[in-house]
Amino acid sequence: MPMAAEEIETMIKAAIPDAEVEITDLAGDGDHYAARVVSETFRGLPRVQQQRRVYDALGGRMGGVLHALQLTTACPQ
Amino acid sequence: MTDDANSRIDSTVKGNDVVLFMKGTPLFPQCGFSSRAVAILEHLGVEYASVDVLQDQGIRQGIKEYSDWPTIPQLYVKGEFVGGSDIMMEMYESGELSQLLKDQGVATAQ
Repeated sequence: MPMAAEEIETMIKAAIPDAEVEITDLAGDGDHYAARVVSETFRGLPRVQQQRRVYDALGGRMGGVLHALQLTTACPQ
Repeated sequence: MTDDANSRIDSTVKGNDVVLFMKGTPLFPQCGFSSRAVAILEHLGVEYASVDVLQDQGIRQGIKEYSDWPTIPQLYVKGEFVGGSDIMMEMYESGELSQLLKDQGVATAQ
């Protein structure tokens, strides 16, 4: 069962309230997404830790129902 | 995770300078993300070991717990988890990945 883009965004924002989330449906099939997540709380964290926070926000769906999420994380410029 | 899978993962990670856990093989990757990871390593001209997690369910599950990372591929350099394919791509584009390999004393073609 694929996830809707809004659902992904809602889950990320619930865990990282200041996050700016931009989701692209790569294949138009509701199953292959790219997400760019920008948050001040990432500042100073290594990339692995930044992405772990997003994966944690998705509560175990990553690698399960959510197979294809290309993920980019950044701090606000 | 079974102790057996964990110890096999641990000895693979520690026994090779560069290891990629992936779906499929470098010649026949079975997933776009794994394919991208292979392409990056090939571009860098680095020698690496690869493990096809599709051939071993114990390792497929175990590697996610080993690194506390939910997805595959996963890259390890000198026993340390570096990241998945998105992080590899960012680090490749910024030059950080080849710098990391250099700093770790791993030979690349660049």
